[in-house]
Amino acid sequence: MRAEEKRGAVGRSVPRLEGKAKVTGRAEYVHNLRLPGMLHGKIFRSTIAHGRIKRIDVTAARAVPGVHRVVTGEDIRAIIPDPHYGPAFHDQPILALDKVRHVGEPVALVLATDPHVAEEAASLIDVQYEALPAVFDEVEAMTSKAVVHEVLRPAGTFPDLKHLQGRKNTNIALDYHLRRGDAAAAFKKADRVFEHTFRTQQVLHVPLEPFVSAAVPGDGTLTIHTASQSPSFVRIEIARLLGWPESKVRVKVPYLGGGFGAKLYIKLEALVAAASLLTGRPVKVSLTMEEQFYTLTKHAATIRIKSGVTKDGRITARECEVWWNGGAYADIGPRITQKSGFTAPGPYDIENVHIDSYALYTNLPPAGALRGFGIPQLVWAYDGHTDMIARELRLDPLEFRRKNLLRDGRPQATGTVMKDAALDKALERVAARLDWGKPFERGSGTVRRGRGIAIGFKAVIAPTTSVAIVNLYADGSCALYSSTVDMGQGSDTAMAQIVAEVLGIRIESITVVHPDTDVTPYDMATLGSRSTYHMGNAVRRAAEDARDKLLALAREVGLSGETTPIAEVFRKKYGMQAGNIIGTGSFIPTYQPTDHDTGQSANVTPFWMIGASGAEVEVDTETGQVKVTRLVNVSDVGTPINPRIVETQLSGASIMQLGFTLSEKMEFSAGQCTNASLAGYRIPGMLDIPASIANEAVDSTEHGGPFGAKGVGESGTFSVSPAIANAIDDAVGVRLTSLPLTAEAVYRALRTKQGSPLKA
Amino acid sequence: MNTVQRTIRFTLNGEAVSADVPPHWNLVELLQNRFALFGARESCGQGLCGCCTVLVNGTAVTGCLYLAALVDGAEVVTIERAADGDGLDAVQKAFIECGAFQCGFCTPGFILMTRQLLDEKPDPTEDEIRHYLSGNLCRCGAYPEIIEAVRRAARMRKSTS
Repeated sequence: MRAEEKRGAVGRSVPRLEGKAKVTGRAEYVHNLRLPGMLHGKIFRSTIAHGRIKRIDVTAARAVPGVHRVVTGEDIRAIIPDPHYGPAFHDQPILALDKVRHVGEPVALVLATDPHVAEEAASLIDVQYEALPAVFDEVEAMTSKAVVHEVLRPAGTFPDLKHLQGRKNTNIALDYHLRRGDAAAAFKKADRVFEHTFRTQQVLHVPLEPFVSAAVPGDGTLTIHTASQSPSFVRIEIARLLGWPESKVRVKVPYLGGGFGAKLYIKLEALVAAASLLTGRPVKVSLTMEEQFYTLTKHAATIRIKSGVTKDGRITARECEVWWNGGAYADIGPRITQKSGFTAPGPYDIENVHIDSYALYTNLPPAGALRGFGIPQLVWAYDGHTDMIARELRLDPLEFRRKNLLRDGRPQATGTVMKDAALDKALERVAARLDWGKPFERGSGTVRRGRGIAIGFKAVIAPTTSVAIVNLYADGSCALYSSTVDMGQGSDTAMAQIVAEVLGIRIESITVVHPDTDVTPYDMATLGSRSTYHMGNAVRRAAEDARDKLLALAREVGLSGETTPIAEVFRKKYGMQAGNIIGTGSFIPTYQPTDHDTGQSANVTPFWMIGASGAEVEVDTETGQVKVTRLVNVSDVGTPINPRIVETQLSGASIMQLGFTLSEKMEFSAGQCTNASLAGYRIPGMLDIPASIANEAVDSTEHGGPFGAKGVGESGTFSVSPAIANAIDDAVGVRLTSLPLTAEAVYRALRTKQGSPLKA
Repeated sequence: MNTVQRTIRFTLNGEAVSADVPPHWNLVELLQNRFALFGARESCGQGLCGCCTVLVNGTAVTGCLYLAALVDGAEVVTIERAADGDGLDAVQKAFIECGAFQCGFCTPGFILMTRQLLDEKPDPTEDEIRHYLSGNLCRCGAYPEIIEAVRRAARMRKSTS
């Protein structure tokens, strides 16, 4: 419309809106928050993995000068009769009631104006337990006599969990099954059958801003300031717990110092809400780095995968059995079991598929979403397995994937026909960037070189809703109200670009109003790479609505909306700089649930994410040390709104996955995490980054997305782990099937291959 | 914990200040509780991540392990110290231009360390950059962009000096 401004805001690498605030240390995080009369809470946590609480003695803690109050689970029952929360199951108590189910579970909360006083007092709490048998392994949990929950309590939100209501004596929090074709018959007919079992370890998000929430009680109202990826969920769940209308609970979220799936649903919000209502004062709880290890983790998984293959390298059948270690509380694990479960056979065109995917309760810290929602665990299995088959058949791993790749127009295992999924392009670009067809220097002596590729895909969680409001001011500047949380992924900037594009105004004149449930409308959550597509569509519609109203207003006052500056339209209507135009937009994609018995659906996802990686490694055969010298990540993200931010998302995701591949692992002894600090749990630093990292978004269009875009936050994680394991196999001929790929694991495998295995 | 507070005097971002501090407070608590400066953040609490970086007498220290009382008489500089002109120095501008941060939580630490690096070595090699900044962690994994930003800042500083 206004030609001088129309430079095309979408598709440009504009710098982040909040850049200056972040480089000057002035960006707002919940950890900055100080409130008058505020109490700090420190949590006393369970020291055993599974047990009945016999007695909680808080006398000594209460006697510490400066302690305002000590709160236990029973105290909370006085204001919340059923204090259990959770997105899939109402299984998690705000503070332990009757039982503890993992080491580190919150049992009591000490409140004091001085956090040091609260911490000292918390250490004086004495709890006596009657220890119960515990289960830690996800496969054992299937048949274990140790049962984590007495009875299953689905939240009612998800129809496919309803059949579990009231079930007893089981640790299975969801069983998902997919049946396509006749796998048993196809295995009989196959020329070769391959079967392997893979494992992934329990790891942690480690946002550098640890979990933090604060609650402020009002007159029949409650305001919660929280580092959360899901403000709308927090409001609805807190209102449900309290039996209040949504309108009485206000949730505000500034910037997040990282989230990665950790800061979803309820974490500390119910605890600070209850404590603030019990005391009538603002309460803030800030976790330490160590406490993050007890709060939410990523699922360890065991994956058995079996394929039937023809002589010429066509995969005709695949069977997958997946056990997800959900820890003591389900969090969103049952969704992972289903939403990721149905992609377990990988992005391959296979006629006969048989999948069983199980969410298991164990006595470990709870597991939830972590940048990929279960996909990196599955890709680790299927694209290692795929590579092993290719090597066994003496086929080129690239050629074998080409031959079996799932292409647009063909049905995925659920029956949903693939569209806008540039698997072929992603695979070809990785191969091209690695010069796959050219000779490769394999090293000599004790340093051997190898290379590997892998490809994975993901269906976005569906169906979910986003709502947005665009408020156009009388001078032509504008505000966008959206409950999408900018935790570093650059959503503020991308959403502002969409508004600027539609309205033809400068990005700098747009203010993105941060989530505040009294102000910003509903959004399901910032997770699963859904925001660009869902909120992006809602924002686009809101901006179009504002634009249409502006054009109508211009017509009404006899001006051309196309050419008149916005401020003049307002002035003509209101006689001065006054008034607003409010545009609204909402978006929910179409979706068909999977069938309970067969897992089939004609429309299982609004869009597919594609992530392929290639790695070159050097393996020191004397130490097992693996050095990744080159990493290539190629994704289909549709058409990027902001190409630079897209690239940094791919790069950052791959670096995070590099940590999960090479070094990160939560170690446990009787359910106690023994390396709960950054000293014992090593995340990647500058020196761990490959000399060469290249990232690419293939030329692609997502037809349902805003300006052809779709999600990108997770795609860079999918294929890093198997690409590196495949490269290690290429270099030294050993195959690792468990993560992480430590020097010790590689060296042990080398010794085993040489016929002189090391002792355990 | 009724502790005797001690009055300390020091220079904070160029200004003479004084504060009463309990003996167990660390530097991050002092800056946050007495001066409402939140750019230095405690994250790992073990001096391993660099989020709490503060300059004391011109040297970067980990604020979460540095007792507040020890800055008595010292010169303390935090990320909030504004540069001349538009308030951003070459390092900050380069970080914005290169997209060298995502969530921004670790960014102040990286910027302070980069300034110190470029003061010592105006033209560092990539290896020197990696080693110098290896004590700062970025969970968003913006390392390649940070390396790019350090080089860009080095060029910007050279062209203006």
